[in-house]
Amino acid sequence: MGEFEVHRVRFFGLVPAGVRCLACHPRGSRLALARTDGAVEVYNFAANYFQEKVIPGHEARSVESLCWAAGDRLFGAGLGGDITEYDLSGLSAARGLDGGGGPIWSMVANSSGTQLAIGCEDGSVKIFQVVPGGIQFERNLDRRKGRVLCLSWHPSDTHIVAGSIDFFRVIDVASGQTVQRIMVNHHVEKAKHECVVWAIALLSSGTVVSADSFGRVQFWDWEQGTLAESHTVSTSAVLSLAVSQKEDSMIVGTSTGATYHLQLLPVRLGGLEKRWVRTKPFQFHSHDVRAVAHSPTALISGGLDAQLVIRPLMEKVQKKNYEAVLRKFTFPHRRLVSCARKARLLLFQFSQYLELWRLGSTEETGKDGEVLPLCRMPEHLVQLKSKGPEHIYCSCVSPCGTWLGYSTASRFQLYRVRCDEDGVSLRKVPKVPKLLPPAYQLQFSADSQILFVASARGSVHVFQLLEPGGCKHLHTLRPPSGCSEAVYLLAPSADGHWLAAVSGDWAIHIYNLKCFKVGLGVTPQPQGTRDGGLSMHCPPGSHHCIPGAGLGWLWCGNGGQRQSWRFWFGMGVWESCQPGPGGSHQCMSPPAASLRGAQL
Amino acid sequence: EVSDENPGSGHGQYLLYASGDFVKVHSVNTEETLGLLCGHADLVTGIQLNPHNHMQVYSSSLDGTIKLWDFMDGIPIKYYCWFQTDFFLWSDTFQLVSVKLTKGAGQDLEGKELSVVLDGVGASSKQIAFGREDSYVVSVKDVDLQVYFFKRKLLNRFSLSTAKTKGGDNRFSCVVCHPTEDCIATGHADGKIRLWRNFHHKKGYTYSSLHWHHDTVMDLAYSLEGTRLLSGGVESVLVQWHNESSCQKDFLPRLGSPIECISMSSDGVLCCTLHTDNRISIINSNLRFSRSIQGLIKSRDVKTGLVVDPRTKALVLNGEPGHLQFYSLQSDQQLFSLDIVQRQYIHQAGLKQSDLVKVAFSARGTWLATVEESEEVADPELQLKLWFYTEETQSFALNTRINTPHDNHITDMCFRDMDELGDDSLILVTTGRDCVFKVWVMVGDSDPEGNVSWSCDFVGSYHNYQATNCCFSEDGSLLAVSFEETVTVWDSLTWDLKCTFCHPPGNIRNICFGRQTCSKYLIGATDYGFLCCWNLLTCALEWNAHLNVVVLQPDPLSEHIAAVSWLSKESSLFVFKPSEPWPVYIQRNLCKEKILLAAFVPRDEPETISSEKYLWLRKSQLFFLTDTQELMTLSTKSLEERLTPSSKQLAVEESLPVTPFSVLLGKHRRQQAQEDTDLGKPVVHNKQEQASPAVKELLHTPAHVLPSASFLCTIFINSLLISKENKSAEEVADEVEMESEKAEDDSDEEDVTAMEQEDTSHIELLGEITCKLSKSQEKELRKIRKMDYSWISAF
Repeated sequence: MGEFEVHRVRFFGLVPAGVRCLACHPRGSRLALARTDGAVEVYNFAANYFQEKVIPGHEARSVESLCWAAGDRLFGAGLGGDITEYDLSGLSAARGLDGGGGPIWSMVANSSGTQLAIGCEDGSVKIFQVVPGGIQFERNLDRRKGRVLCLSWHPSDTHIVAGSIDFFRVIDVASGQTVQRIMVNHHVEKAKHECVVWAIALLSSGTVVSADSFGRVQFWDWEQGTLAESHTVSTSAVLSLAVSQKEDSMIVGTSTGATYHLQLLPVRLGGLEKRWVRTKPFQFHSHDVRAVAHSPTALISGGLDAQLVIRPLMEKVQKKNYEAVLRKFTFPHRRLVSCARKARLLLFQFSQYLELWRLGSTEETGKDGEVLPLCRMPEHLVQLKSKGPEHIYCSCVSPCGTWLGYSTASRFQLYRVRCDEDGVSLRKVPKVPKLLPPAYQLQFSADSQILFVASARGSVHVFQLLEPGGCKHLHTLRPPSGCSEAVYLLAPSADGHWLAAVSGDWAIHIYNLKCFKVGLGVTPQPQGTRDGGLSMHCPPGSHHCIPGAGLGWLWCGNGGQRQSWRFWFGMGVWESCQPGPGGSHQCMSPPAASLRGAQL
Repeated sequence: EVSDENPGSGHGQYLLYASGDFVKVHSVNTEETLGLLCGHADLVTGIQLNPHNHMQVYSSSLDGTIKLWDFMDGIPIKYYCWFQTDFFLWSDTFQLVSVKLTKGAGQDLEGKELSVVLDGVGASSKQIAFGREDSYVVSVKDVDLQVYFFKRKLLNRFSLSTAKTKGGDNRFSCVVCHPTEDCIATGHADGKIRLWRNFHHKKGYTYSSLHWHHDTVMDLAYSLEGTRLLSGGVESVLVQWHNESSCQKDFLPRLGSPIECISMSSDGVLCCTLHTDNRISIINSNLRFSRSIQGLIKSRDVKTGLVVDPRTKALVLNGEPGHLQFYSLQSDQQLFSLDIVQRQYIHQAGLKQSDLVKVAFSARGTWLATVEESEEVADPELQLKLWFYTEETQSFALNTRINTPHDNHITDMCFRDMDELGDDSLILVTTGRDCVFKVWVMVGDSDPEGNVSWSCDFVGSYHNYQATNCCFSEDGSLLAVSFEETVTVWDSLTWDLKCTFCHPPGNIRNICFGRQTCSKYLIGATDYGFLCCWNLLTCALEWNAHLNVVVLQPDPLSEHIAAVSWLSKESSLFVFKPSEPWPVYIQRNLCKEKILLAAFVPRDEPETISSEKYLWLRKSQLFFLTDTQELMTLSTKSLEERLTPSSKQLAVEESLPVTPFSVLLGKHRRQQAQEDTDLGKPVVHNKQEQASPAVKELLHTPAHVLPSASFLCTIFINSLLISKENKSAEEVADEVEMESEKAEDDSDEEDVTAMEQEDTSHIELLGEITCKLSKSQEKELRKIRKMDYSWISAF
């Protein structure tokens, strides 16, 4: 007889949205990613490429281009015609400004991050000044017919190259005039079709690299207007292109899902003459690779198949460590499923609706590893659609299965679920206390009496749930020192005495729910270490957190005595981080309960 | 003549390739052989044009020399080694060594300064390449790539993973360097081509890959400027890659057979491909097939045997899969190729496809019979086709197709075609493993055009044994068919069984009738190691000899019969007349390979042969095919005559193709002469036990012809006694026959026990041996023999 009953849940039909664009932070520490549903994600390279922040999408907000500017500010622009700045601590789209040129196809920041250039549907290229608190329209550059699909600044900020259909042009930034216009569809048999320049780059040497829908990557001398080299890398369109900062390597993505690495290599050993050579092909994606990025040590590609692939450049990696691993991200690093253990219910969170399922059950028993026949099939109880264009931030079902809550960017909803023989009924709980939305995480206590709502600025709201269907705001827990980041994760202890909360600055606070005071505050690692994601599980008497990848932490919080272990996944070794009672560094076996928790 | 071991070294007008011990010079425009560079004593392993003088070529050989030739004159200029070109083999491992060129005046120089450049290189020259301006050398082996930079004395080694994931196989097959850039192209066993760059960095090296071939890339070649890369493999398709791009490529398909080597001409106008079937295709730079130089096609398996086309005197055998090739021995060219199977051949391992297995010509060459069967062992799909030669089209046209002529594999087939009797005499006999032989005759169709077709006339069998061989006597009156252990002789008019012969134990392997003066004899060889000669008039065994005969081939123009034996890893040739049991000619140690087939090809006009030894070669020439598909012939000229490097001799095209065999023969002869002088005249003969002839005779005579044991007892006892030498006794004339036959047996046994004894003058030697036998014993044995025969004839 097995110890656990394992359910194979094959009815969570989550289809992640495809990757639309990527933006590597100029210092190479973070990567911003936008999906086709408008969601924006930020990955932290230093923290094991963890998906650090997620800003859920919005039906009306498409993101065609992302860029980092003025330090750590992230801007996005899309076919809605707006330039949006993202509030990364509050995980929301902050301010929008109309670009004034119709749908925006591309946006790039200059090398210093002080100016943004956008390419619009009407063929105009506009410059915006990044000012504290927003952006300001600066001026229009020369407008020509044909939508501007891609833009690139010269590293010295003197010129902008703008790719369009059948041609690209080079614009002098100071004068705003087009100084060169080059047709790309000459001498091609397919010339009856239009040749779309999907991606373009202007190198410091004055070379323009264009990637077009004929599958070519072409190198132009824009001053002479001549074609220097042409590489037909694919029979299908080349959709994206990214050049390394040293300009000796680039990655292109094609519509067949293949990505190609091009390198600037000496023609003769030791000689000065160098040439771009297509070297390695990669086939990580099933179809269109719409976005590529080139970090100093890795090639990054994102496809419409929703995968983000980070392929390290072996010659740039010094030793074999985490950086030398090929990474593929298909699924979000967030909790999209919540479970009502007692009621055997599962709640699945989709972008704009929730699904409530009842698990199947069996009456048979068997040995370990045996597949048992179901006597009752899994049942789809209810689908709850969220109103409005906003996507759902978070959702939760209470352990008893009678409460259900979700939050979008502007609304927080709580429902009472009744399951009986007739079916399932959902009733909205009236008069939910007004909060400052959005809620980043919802968590019910183990006895389903209390609801914790993670909110901005490190605060956690505590609601008491009332029968037959109401709720009352009890308290707001705040870290004593204050916090600007929102709380992402919550975990109550099973006995209901403790609540652990993790905010975006990696601080963990453990609150005593009896007196609503901070019991323990931990910053698990100094900045710059590579730990990242956090999920939490609190068995009685001990707390531990499991980061997303690589290693876990465990704290024993009994009697104020702190003991911490690090758990190395994959190695199965618990290691004591702090000196033992006698000052010696000991390896201690952790409580069995927490080990099991870790295995969950 | 057959194996083009090495690629052509292209030149604008001349194409050079290594073939056996020679380097051949061909004109690209006329396909003619312009010259033959001979002088190497062993297989030529590599040739390379002199980079400073394009009319000169270096060649390296297994004999340990490198020679520089002026190939237009065919005169070797210098014998020495030169750096950069080549590699020798030292013992078992291959090393790349460089040899300093010494500027001596003499012709024969010795390369003294050798220095090892690379260890553990591949055995093939395709696995080594020199980089741009000879600044580095690349070698590939297994999954390792080594680059050695001469100036910096830096060795970089790159390894690919050995894991065969997703059908990939990273083992290298060939390497070539870009002529103007630092780029290395390597071919791999899984069909990938990798282009390596930046390989002076241990870490920063990079490669891209091109993939079209589905199986091993056999060879690669860059164009003169390096903008195009040619690759070829088992697909028989030449692929041209432009600018290292996998998207721009051109194909030249249907080249006939797998490509083994690719070579570019030095002016870049032409390239040539060498194919596994021993053919060179010349291809224009715009990837148009220009012409081909075609020797003997190497087929996978010569099942048809060597057959001589009576009309053209061409050698006929399996060519391309499903084709019959007609190969002209005089011009060393293929005359034409006849598609027999007429089905698309698919180059894929493990696919069962039909192939041609038997072929026979009628005496005047007007009819051709072919048998094709699928490779299924259990249930072969058989087809017998009869082709008629039409003068108008100058080719064979299909006349009759017979599906499933036999229920099992057809083992042999022969025509009876008598000139004097006309078309009515034309009969085809096939023997099959389904225990019958069938006689096929022509019948006139009822339609007014007088077309004929073939149908079965008679089915014969014998005790339900499998029929293995058949042949007609010279006058066509008798048909001999062998059924496992028995030879049956049938009257070809009435199809009555005339008589049977057998020589147990052992199945009959070959049978043939004697010709001309010896037409009353029937010769048979058993797989138990006996060669028997039966007299058809007396129906008695005339003589037999202990010889493991593999090939038995009668000369159609004389009474001579050639038998090739295979004994302890060497083939020996015996030529004899059926009427006389002693061989006319013996050539031991003909070659190390097993000879599978032989054929007598009639000469256009009888040659005047001075040496008495070779008189039997006057009217026709004997050719052999070994299991490595090398075609050899016996040459009557000495090695010195052939190899004298005089421009005069080369100017006159030799009427006989020079073959590896003739060189081998010459070498062998020379070696023997040396041995003789070394050992001194008295060749030590193994004083074998005197008794052995008697005992052997006793053991080898079939049991049913042996006299009673009481009679044998005295001889046996006698044989154990120490004999008295009695040399004074003169040999009686009528006893010669028996004696020499026995002597042949003896010499065979000696061959087994004392291999070092080479008999150069066999006849004399045989005489010596017979002299050593005690006369009394021999007389006794002769008595036994006499008795045997009478007994048989009585039976």
